[in-house]
Amino acid sequence: MTTTTGRPPAGRVPDPARAPAPGRRPRSPAGRLRAGPVTYAVLALFTAGSLFPLVWTAVTASRDNARLARTPPPFRFGDRLLTNLGTAWGEAHMGLALFNTVLVAGAVALGTVVFSTTAGFAFAKLRFRFRTALLLTTVGTMMVPPQLSVVPLFMVVAELHWTDQLQSVVLPTLVSAFGVFFMRQYLVEALPTELVEAARVDGASSLRVLWHVVFPVARPAMAVLGMLSFVQAWNDFFWPVIALTQENPTVQVALTGLGRGYVPDQAVIMAGALLGTLPLLLAFTLFGRQIVGGIMQGAVKG
Amino acid sequence: MTTATEAVGDRPAPPPEDLDRPRPSGPRPWRSRLYRWDVRYSPYAFVAPFFLFFSAFGVFPLLYTGWASLHRVELATPDQLEWVGLHNYARLLGDDFFWNALRNTFTIGVLSTVPQLLMALGLAHLLHYRLRAAAFWRVALLTPYATSVAAATLVFVLLYGRDYGMVNWALGAVGVGPVDWQNSTWSAQLAVSSIVIWRWTGYNALIYLAAMQAVPAELYESAALDGASRAQQFRYVTVPALRQTILFTVVVSTIGATQLFGEPLLFGGAGGQKGGASHQFQTLGLYLYEQGWFNFHLGRASAVAWTMFLILLLIGAVNLLIARGLRKSR
Repeated sequence: MTTTTGRPPAGRVPDPARAPAPGRRPRSPAGRLRAGPVTYAVLALFTAGSLFPLVWTAVTASRDNARLARTPPPFRFGDRLLTNLGTAWGEAHMGLALFNTVLVAGAVALGTVVFSTTAGFAFAKLRFRFRTALLLTTVGTMMVPPQLSVVPLFMVVAELHWTDQLQSVVLPTLVSAFGVFFMRQYLVEALPTELVEAARVDGASSLRVLWHVVFPVARPAMAVLGMLSFVQAWNDFFWPVIALTQENPTVQVALTGLGRGYVPDQAVIMAGALLGTLPLLLAFTLFGRQIVGGIMQGAVKG
Repeated sequence: MTTATEAVGDRPAPPPEDLDRPRPSGPRPWRSRLYRWDVRYSPYAFVAPFFLFFSAFGVFPLLYTGWASLHRVELATPDQLEWVGLHNYARLLGDDFFWNALRNTFTIGVLSTVPQLLMALGLAHLLHYRLRAAAFWRVALLTPYATSVAAATLVFVLLYGRDYGMVNWALGAVGVGPVDWQNSTWSAQLAVSSIVIWRWTGYNALIYLAAMQAVPAELYESAALDGASRAQQFRYVTVPALRQTILFTVVVSTIGATQLFGEPLLFGGAGGQKGGASHQFQTLGLYLYEQGWFNFHLGRASAVAWTMFLILLLIGAVNLLIARGLRKSR
C-alpha cells in the first residue's frame, strides 16, 4: 500500500487498509479496558481451535494412508508430504485446478474491482436520473443467493456448449452488488466533490476524471475489494461444481472429486486440500491485516 | 433496468483530443456539445456494465427459474420446455424427502447459527479489550474464513471418522463410546453444523467488533461511573448498541443456512447429494441438486429453487418487521 501519495490532502479520509491497525487509533484517556490473563487464555483457545484443522491437514498430508487408519491419530509430521503433494498434483488434476482457479479468481477480482469502482463513483458523485432507484435495487439484491438462478444458468451454458469451460464460472460472478455498494460508501467520503468539479471545469472528459482523479483516490479500497473478491471467487463452490467437471476443474471442483472418492487415498486427499488452501493462507499471512480491515469497514458501512 | 440498457448506446465517450480532425467551424461547438453529452450520459455508462451483467446473470435467471418451474424440463434436453402448470410444486409438497430436507435445513440452521453468533459476540467483546498483538488475534481467528468449504469439510470428515477419527479417539479417552457421526441423525447434523461454525465464527466476531468500536466511549464511561461491572456494561451498553448489527448477521447467517450445500455434500462422501444413507442431513440445496442433476428433472429443481426464494422473502419480511419494531422501541 505505497500509493498514499496520490491521495488528496484530506485528513479525515478513512482508509480501509489501515483502519483497524490498533496502534494508530486515537484513544480517549479513559480508553478501552486492558485485557486480563483470562481474556488471553480464551482467545488462545479459540485461536488454537481455528488453526488446528489447518495444521492437522498438513500433518495428515505428510503421512501415509495406512497410518491414518490406526488409533491414536497422528500428531506429528511424517516424511511423505512431498510424495503426497506430487500424487495430488498429478492424479487429482490439482496442478491444472490451481492454474484455472488463479485465472478465474483473478478475472473475477479484476472485473469486480473495475466495474464496482466505476458504478460506485457514479452513485457517489454524479447526478443522473433514477440514481436512487438504481442504488436501492443494487442494495436490495445483495441478499439474493446465487443458488436460485442455477437452473437457467445451466441451460444457457449447455446451449452455448460452455460446460467445462472457465468462462461459464467467470461471467456470472464478474460483478458484485456488494462491491458497488462498498466502493460507493468509500468514495462518498474519500473523494472530495470539488476535486471532480475542478477537473470538469478544466474540461477533462469522464474517462480522464475516472483515471486521474477517481482511481488514485479509490486505490486503497480497490485493493481491499480485490482481495475480498479473490478469496470469494477462489472458494466459490455451488455453481462451479455444477458447471465444470473433473476434466477441467477449479480447486473446489477438484477437491469435491477427491471427497467423493475420485482417489481413495486419505493422505493424498488431505494433500490436495492443503494445496488448494495454501495460496490463500499465504495471502492471509501477507495481507491479513488489510483483509480484516476490509471486512470490518464493510460491516460498519453495511 | 431499461435505463441501463439504453445507456449502453452512448457508452464510450471518446476523449476530446480525438475529435480535433473535422474542424470546419473551429473545435469549440463540437467540443462543448461533446462535453455536455459526456457529462449527461457518462454516469449511465459507468453503471451500465454492472447492471448489464447483473440483469443477464442475476435477474433474468431468477425469473426464468420461476418460468421453468412450471414446466417439465429434462437435464439432457434443457432447451425443451413442456408446460405442466403447478405439477412440480404439487409433487414437491407430496414428497416426504422435500419435507425432510426442509426440516434438516431448519435444524442444521439453528444448530449452526445460534452457537456461532453467540460465540462471535463473546469473542468480539474480548477482542475489543486493549490487547497485545491485536492484529494477530484478528487474522488468526479469520483464517477459517480463508479455508474453502471443500478443504474444511474434507479435514472434518477425517476428524469425525467413526473408527480412526480424532474426535472419537478423544471421546474414548474420557470414556464416551465411539459415535457414528455420519449415520445417526443428530450427530451428523451436529458435525455438519460444526463445520459451518468453525468457518464463520471469526468472521462474525470481526463484524461485531467493528460495530463495538463505533459505540461512543462516553457510554461506557458513564456506565462505569454508575458502578456497572464489565459484565453489566456488556449486557446493558454493548448488546443494545449492537442490535442492528446482530439483526444483520442473523439475516445473513439465515440466508447462508437456507442454501447450505457444500458441507453436507462432502460430508456424505460418494453419493453425498442424498445427504446420508437415510437422507438424515440432506438440506434443501442438496435436494435441489439431487432433483436436477441426479434425477435429471430441471423443472423440479427450479420449483425447489423458487420455494427457497419464497422462504427467503418470508425471512426478509419478518426481518423488516423486527427492524421496525426495534426502531420504535428505541
